[in-house]
This record gives sequence, structure tokens and C-alpha cells, in this order.
Amino acid sequence: MSDLSLRGRVLITVAAAVVLAIGAVGYAVAAREKAAPPVTSDSFSITPGPRLLVVRGRYLATVSADDPSRPAQQSAISCVRAYAAGGTGVCLRQDSMWTYSLHVLDSGLAETNSFDVRGLPNRARVSSSGRMVSWTAFISGESYNKGGFSTRTGILDTRTGDVAKSLETFAITRDGEPYQAADVNFWGVTFTADDNRFYATMATDGLRYLVQGDFASKTVRTITDNVECPSLSPDGTRIAFKQAIDDNPVNGWRLAVLDLETLQVTTLAEKRSIDDQPAWLSGDTIGYTFRDSDGTPSVWATSADGSGTPRLLVENAESPAGL
Amino acid sequence: MYLSTIDRPKGSAGEKGRRRIGANVFALGAVSLVTDISSEMIVAVLPVYLVIGLNLSPAAYGVLDGIYTGATALLRLAGGYVADRTQRRKLVAGVGYSLSAVMKLGLLAAGRSVGAIGAVIAVDRAGKGLRSAPRDALITLSTPSADLGRAFGVHRTMDSAGAFLGPLVALAVLSLSAQSFDAVFVTSFCIASLGVLLLVLFVRDQRQHLPATHTVSIRSAAGLFGDAAVRRLLVAASLLGLVTVGEGFVYLLLQEREDLSIVWFPVLAVGTNLAYLLLATPFGMLADRVGRVPVMLGGYVALAGVYLLLFGPLGGWPMLVLTLLLHGVFYAATDGVLMALAGGVLPEALRTTGIALIQTGQALAYLVSSVLFGVAWQFWGATAACQVAAVAVLVTVFATGLLLKQKAQS
Repeated sequence: MSDLSLRGRVLITVAAAVVLAIGAVGYAVAAREKAAPPVTSDSFSITPGPRLLVVRGRYLATVSADDPSRPAQQSAISCVRAYAAGGTGVCLRQDSMWTYSLHVLDSGLAETNSFDVRGLPNRARVSSSGRMVSWTAFISGESYNKGGFSTRTGILDTRTGDVAKSLETFAITRDGEPYQAADVNFWGVTFTADDNRFYATMATDGLRYLVQGDFASKTVRTITDNVECPSLSPDGTRIAFKQAIDDNPVNGWRLAVLDLETLQVTTLAEKRSIDDQPAWLSGDTIGYTFRDSDGTPSVWATSADGSGTPRLLVENAESPAGL
Repeated sequence: MYLSTIDRPKGSAGEKGRRRIGANVFALGAVSLVTDISSEMIVAVLPVYLVIGLNLSPAAYGVLDGIYTGATALLRLAGGYVADRTQRRKLVAGVGYSLSAVMKLGLLAAGRSVGAIGAVIAVDRAGKGLRSAPRDALITLSTPSADLGRAFGVHRTMDSAGAFLGPLVALAVLSLSAQSFDAVFVTSFCIASLGVLLLVLFVRDQRQHLPATHTVSIRSAAGLFGDAAVRRLLVAASLLGLVTVGEGFVYLLLQEREDLSIVWFPVLAVGTNLAYLLLATPFGMLADRVGRVPVMLGGYVALAGVYLLLFGPLGGWPMLVLTLLLHGVFYAATDGVLMALAGGVLPEALRTTGIALIQTGQALAYLVSSVLFGVAWQFWGATAACQVAAVAVLVTVFATGLLLKQKAQS
């Protein structure tokens, strides 16, 4: 290209820079116009009832559990991840690109507690009574070309105000032996009815365990492996979870249900890979987010006994919770 | 011929030219600056995109993050060899820059498919692996060897200025587009394309008229190992790489401290890059004056300081600022200076291959060091692991000093 004069080359560069800048700015502005604020409805509420709480376009909304096709009740409460049970809601909110906060809402949608959460929030749960709240965030995620990630999972007792900011401080029993390791990560808590014990995923040593934890005594113990994002059934006997195909997350995940008594695993009728913490919408139905190849989320339900076919509940929505 | 003589009379370096940095180095610096804005924009937003935008679970994130292409190392070596053999270093670098630019659009096309995103990241990395050796070789071939430290200093200053600006540009685009990740990808692609254009228009390939006996072949490339000075530098670079804990760990440990927990993650990278860009040129010039080995080893002493500060008595903002400053000192005193050292010992005909070899050796050593540090962390805890790392750095600095002193005497 040295046959071009310097002047010519500078002109080409300036012209290209202008065209590219117009293209980039134009795209950004056009993208902005697509993001419109939600039209809210007055009757939005998270009190218990036959409804489904979802996150739709970054805002909380509810749909009828009996007929999800009826118009949704939309709120202006912004959350990237949410859950509600027993009249308590938890909302993980994005304050800026790299700062997030957790908000606890009562049944009147008033904020009863809030604090900053380190890292990028990813999972949220509330115990069925509405007393215990849990969240998971990625702490690392510094860049895409350096290895390693780290999660931080915390639990809040809304009645006493007790907080365990990280389960990594809990004493671990792995396969019956006391265990300690720096590579331990926890995620995806689900609470039992006693508002003390819970189940969660613990990853260490290349394995992803189902652990049972005790909030009061600050202990966890492993139960079985290749169980991620557990969700305890309302009767406390089964756990819905996602199971890495051939025990390798590279292959994706299948939804399954584990019987806690027999440790028998039933694969559900959903044949697509699901990367979500499922939620029990009733004693026999599992709700979950499916993400299309273009990224559009939708909320689906399938039978907990593996029968039937999955059905679409809400389009363009994620993070389901049965109220 | 007339035109070009009139057009660039200053191109032929006269007495005065020796004190200046060649236009080619500035051109390569501009390409790197623009390209780094583009790639650091993505680095800053990708974790947020994956975790918040796609709601990716920890294990899925781990799979993506763990994509390490051993092929990248091989590709780097092969690219370096082809660049030397065909004398087309600019072309090979251009392929690398273009691959990475196109992959920014690939992120858009991949949508939220985790597998596709993984593939895009792998190709992006391959592009990065391909371009850095021919680029650094062009810098050495465009600069008198006494000024190499300064030339690399100027290049790295421009490079890290791009890295410094990237996250800020990403923030600006996000606020302009109401948090659209796609807008960040499109902007990043536009900026990367400008980088490729700058390379095509302003960077001049350096082709030597080599005597027939100096043909570039696999045999002559393997002969690099037979050169004692090259071997010593390769060993030194790999040894120092072995005691360099990845910056990811450093930032992670900084964030583990309760008093710093709310600091935005990208701030850590921006802070390090600010120190890097301010210091790269002065350190490069210092290296030309007092010797490249002492400056480079001084940079590693600063790295040992970083490890000690992570669990030292200092806390809060003073600790953060000092840690990031020392981390920037480390990069400013080592990255370009090592290449300046390499430029001095590698034969011209095999410059790209040799540089690729040293960079690959160091990259593999980083990989091993990350694993070792992870194990040390697991068995001894983070505090002891950092202290051990600091001691290991100091011991290696001493050993490397002895090793490279031999070279000066022989």
C-alpha cells in the first residue's frame, strides 16, 4: 500500500473512521430505542396465590398459574434474578454494569432489607415460609482469557437478621470425612421446611456435589455428586436439579428429579439442555427457564415424574417462582 | 520510484533518525492501541454478558473460561515460522488482527449459544496468538538495536493506553445504548476494523535481502536452540513465567479483601494499565541506558512486592493504589524489555520464529504457574501461597540474573 501517498492514506483512514463511528453510534442509539420501560399494572403482588412470578425484560411480573396466557401483571421493580415464597420476595438488582444489590421485599412490596452483593448475581431463593433468603454471585469473572471462576453464596435469616455471607466458611464433610480445599465453590441453595437445613451445589476437585447444610451449626455434608442447582419439592422428599450429561457440563444439562430416600434419579421429559435452577410450581410440576439459541428466555413446565411433554408457560420471561 | 523518494525522505534513518522512534513503530503502536480498545471492551463486559445477560451457571461459565487452546501455542509458532520463511510478517500479523476483528461480529452472531461463544473466543485467542510475534519482530526490524528498549516502551505505552481506554469506551457505549451488549460488540468490531485498516495502510513490512545460505527452514529454526544466548533467554523467560501468578489471581485476591470488596472489577485492570502506560516508555529508555536485564529483573522485584502487599499490613485505598502501581511497574519493566532483549540476540532471518518461541515458552510457563499457585493456595492457604510466590520470584530473579550475566560475558 506504500504506493499511496501519505495524504491519501490519512484521508482513507479518516473517512473510514467517520463511517465506522457513525455505524457504531447509530447501532447503539437504535438499540436504545428498542429498550422501552414497562407499562405497569396496579394489581401486581407477590402474596401467595395461584400465580407465577417471573422476570420479564428485567422487570418483575406475575401471570396466572391456571392460565398463563392471560395478560401478565407487570411491575416496575427491576431485577436480573428474583424469587418469592411465603410473602417474601428477593430481587437481585443491577445498579450499574459492575455493581449489584440484593433487596428483600415483604408482601406489600416494601423493602425490608437491602445490601450490596459482590460480583455478578446468578441465583436467588426464598424458603417456603418466606423467612430464609439465599443468593449466589460470581466473584471472579475477571476476563475471558484467564482461567478460573469463583462463586459466593450467602444466606440471610430475615427474622433474626443473621447473615452467612459465604458458605465457604462452613465446615465441610465430604464422603464422611472432614474436608478443606481452596477450590470449593457453592451455588444454588434450596431450603427445607424447618428454615434451618438446606441443600446446595458444592463444586470441588472437579466434581459437583449435592450437599445438605445446617445454617445454625454452619456445616455442610455431601450426599451425592453430579447434582447441580437443587430445588426441594414442597413435601421435602425429592430434589429437582440439572444433571450434566455424561457427568460433563460441556455436554449440557438434563433436568432430573432425585428421590432423597432411595437416591433414585428420574430424568424428566424435557430433552433440551437446561441451565437453570428449576422451581416446583406444585407438588408434581417443575418450572424452569429455557433459553433459545438466540438467547430469548421462556418459562416452561414439565411433570416431576418424567411423564408427559413439556409445555410453554410464558414467553420472553425467566426466573420462575410459584407464589 | 520518484514519488516514493519525494514522499518519504525522512524514512531513511540518518544521524538524527537514530534518536527518533521509527514511523513503523508508531504505526504498529497505533494499530495496537486501537485493537486493544476493541478487545478490552469485550474483556470488560463479557463476564457480565455471560452471567447476567445469559444467566450462565457457574459450571457453564467454568467450561467457557477453561477453553484453552493448546493449538494457540502451536499456531503462534507456525505463524512465526511462516512469517519468517515468506518474509511476510505484516501479512501474518494482519491475518491475526483480522481474525480477532471478525470474531467481534462472531459474538453477535453466536447470540447466546454457549458453544458458539466458546468457539468465537477460541478463534479470537488464536488471532491474538498469531499476531503478536510478527508485530514484535517488525518492531525489532524497524529499530536500531541500541534503541530497542525505547521503541518497545513507546509501543507498549500505546498498547496499554488502548487497554486503559477499552473498559471506559465500553461503559460509554453501554450508557448510550441503554445497556445493550450487542452495541458493545458492534462498536468493538468497528474499532477493530479501523485497527486492521491502520495496519494495512501505515505499517511497512520489513524484508531483508538474505544471502542464499541463510534460508529459513525447519532445520535452521531448530538451530535456534543451539544458540547459547537464545537458549539462555528462553530459559530465563520460562523460569520467570513460572513464578508469575496470573493477574486474574491477583485481582481475585484483591477482591477477597473485605475492605476492597465493592471496588468494580474493571477498575483494577484500568488502574494497572494506567501505571503501565505511564511507565513503559521511561522504563524502556532506562533499559537502553543502564541495561535491559537489570530493568527487567527490577520489574519482577516489583511483582514480588505485589504478592507481599496482598497480605501485608497495609489496607484500604493506599494498599490498592500501591498494589496496582507495582503491578503496572511489573508490566512496564518486563513485557517490552524482554522483547528488546530478544531483538538483540535473535538472528534477523528467524526473528519472528524466535520471538514466537520465547512468547510460547512464557505462555506455557504461565499455565503451569497458575496450576502450581492453585495447588499451593489449596494446601497452604492464600496468604502462604502468596508469600511462597514472592520468595520464588526473588530466588528466580537472582538465578536469572546469574544466567543472563553469563551471556554478557560470553
